[in-house]
Amino acid sequence: MEVILLQILNGLDKGSAYALIALGLTLIFGTLGVVNFAHGALFMLGAFCAVTLNRILSLSFTTIDDTKKDFLGNPLKVETPYIEAWFGPEIGGGIIAWSVPLSILFAIPIMVLVGLVMERGLIKHFYKRPHADQILVTFGLAIVLQEVVKYFYGANPIPTPAPPVFAGSFDFGAAVGFDPGSIIYPYWRLIYFVFAAVVMGAVFIFLRYTTFGMVVRAGMADRETVGLLGINIDRRFTIMFALAACVAGLAGVMYAPINSPNYHMGMDFLVLSFVVVVVGGMGSLAGAVAAGFLLGILESFASLPFVVEIIPGINQIIIYLVAIVVLLTLPRGLMGRKGVMED
Amino acid sequence: MLKLGKKDAGLFLFVVIITLLAPFILNPFPESSAFAQFNAGYPDLMQRFVIFGIFAIGFNILFGLTGYLSFGHAAFLGVGSYAAIWMMKLLTMNVIPAIIASVIFAGLFSLVVGYISLRRSGIYFSILTLAFAQMSFAMAYSVLTPITGGETGLQPKVNDPRIFDGALAEGTTPTAGLFGVKMRDSLEWSVGDWLFTFNFGYYFAAIMMLAAFYVSIRIFRSPFGMMLRGVKTNQQRLNYTGLNSKPYTLAAFVISGMYAGLAGGLLVAMDTQVGPERMFWTASGEVVLMAILGGAGTLIGPVLGAGFIKYMENIVSKINDTILHQWFYWLPDGLEDAVVAMIYPFIGKGWHLTLGIMFMAVVIFLPGGLVEGGQRIAGWVRGRFRGKESPTSGKAAGTPAE
Repeated sequence: MEVILLQILNGLDKGSAYALIALGLTLIFGTLGVVNFAHGALFMLGAFCAVTLNRILSLSFTTIDDTKKDFLGNPLKVETPYIEAWFGPEIGGGIIAWSVPLSILFAIPIMVLVGLVMERGLIKHFYKRPHADQILVTFGLAIVLQEVVKYFYGANPIPTPAPPVFAGSFDFGAAVGFDPGSIIYPYWRLIYFVFAAVVMGAVFIFLRYTTFGMVVRAGMADRETVGLLGINIDRRFTIMFALAACVAGLAGVMYAPINSPNYHMGMDFLVLSFVVVVVGGMGSLAGAVAAGFLLGILESFASLPFVVEIIPGINQIIIYLVAIVVLLTLPRGLMGRKGVMED
Repeated sequence: MLKLGKKDAGLFLFVVIITLLAPFILNPFPESSAFAQFNAGYPDLMQRFVIFGIFAIGFNILFGLTGYLSFGHAAFLGVGSYAAIWMMKLLTMNVIPAIIASVIFAGLFSLVVGYISLRRSGIYFSILTLAFAQMSFAMAYSVLTPITGGETGLQPKVNDPRIFDGALAEGTTPTAGLFGVKMRDSLEWSVGDWLFTFNFGYYFAAIMMLAAFYVSIRIFRSPFGMMLRGVKTNQQRLNYTGLNSKPYTLAAFVISGMYAGLAGGLLVAMDTQVGPERMFWTASGEVVLMAILGGAGTLIGPVLGAGFIKYMENIVSKINDTILHQWFYWLPDGLEDAVVAMIYPFIGKGWHLTLGIMFMAVVIFLPGGLVEGGQRIAGWVRGRFRGKESPTSGKAAGTPAE
């Protein structure tokens, strides 16, 4: 029982990341009809927003402290971040430690801007072109984005710690009545899951209960008719693209403490997220979320030692295996709508 | 000639001449000149040109003709490589059995993958092939370690069985060859300040490439090729005529898988080693880049694209800021630094950035790739020559983009 619960929990954080990226992909596909291979790069950009804010906040000036000596006997150089000098070490240090959650505020305008520029500057011209062309041009864009990031931040992963308050682990076993220590779960992963759930909930509520969301859903169902009613649907779809970029970026921001950001993390997630979208059903938001969690949890179950003993290597291939089976047996994926990309 | 049309025969002859004279053409600069680093006439790179040319030609038979975008072609290259290296371990260091085995095994594997993947089309087909390739990569990396050598990969060892070869002396390394001639044997010819290298391995791979190219021309011009174009144009309509198009697409898939296997076998014949990273999906992405950059659906395009990308990878990536400073030394100091700083992100380690930008530019503005670019320039020059742009030539140049 403990093992099962632990694996479900372990699958949740990766599943949340898959679900968030897949949600954005589906949103873009459902509204604009564009297959966006650069979506993983947006996830990566989000993670590097967190890195950037951390660096900005840690900008320091150097003072020479004559009272202390370093190991060579020279006066010790002390690096003081400007923020600590301005607000005092207590508050300043606190702000630096909380850089990742603060990055959410920092990342939202940046990701929205990136999304708008991307849609207006590039994607717009590809609505009428075949899906293969869309895949290819966004694939090229993903290469460009990741190389730009590599140029500025180098090829090595950059550790971006979570606030120290969440550094520890949560004894989940004791909380639900099992042996203490049987289920240990890091706080940050729990927060990541909650955060992902909140973001997804917000997106669903936005689409479901606002006029804007209603128009967008109408546009997804029949773009032409909505246009004929005198609504500028293109502009709303552009905003949806920016929103999807923002969701991917936020997923990246919060993922930075779990996995140190590097320039190719987006591509690693993209391949799996596409599998998730296809399994969930092209154009189905609920399907994307469900498939994201499902595959994340399946992956963590497949890496159980006794499962691996029975079928060696299953943990490496389970997602692809499931994808192949689903694609061949359910042409529309788990929850795909009728008539959307069925061929 | 060779049952080719007049135009195709001309193209084929042109490619034959270029390939055979490549050691001269790729080494245009004297050894001591500042441009010597642009010389690409060394065996390792020349071999890669032709081998990846084969890979791209094969990919083009699938993507260029049928429009099915496979994102997992590197798996077939990998399977071919592993098959070839096992032939070298078990039978002989002669490359003939290795290459035959690589083509057969890649063909069988692509038959299985293609049979399943071709049940869907469009993006689903891309995802399915990608999933198969990633599965092969993950399995070669982990579970299949006894067969694939896992992360470290495989090399022929001195004490492998090799039943056709005699026992090797202790301390020697087995080298791949063809009936006694080693793949890495080279003839060097220096003329004045120029040094030309004629490598046996290169010419062996080049002859394979020419054969592959010839076959691809014949496929393009055959009724079978027309059927594949029909699949690309409108598969539904083709099905309505009562034809089952699946065997045709499957045949194209298997043929292109066998091309990939041949390329994999040749890679092993040249450097006698293989690792799972050869099957990673970025390797599949690379062949897509090659075909599109050169011009998908055209005969010569994929070869151009393969040569272009491999040239960039090996030559542009070697330029560093010291060399840039040497080039621009004649500029005033401040301007020199500014120019170098501006160019620097695009060369050396940043060559992927240049590649990505070029690739995007090609997809956006030149869907027919470098070939279409060449045709447009040729059309423009011809128009200038005649004094007016002929409207038909402009249109004709546009059609291969489809």
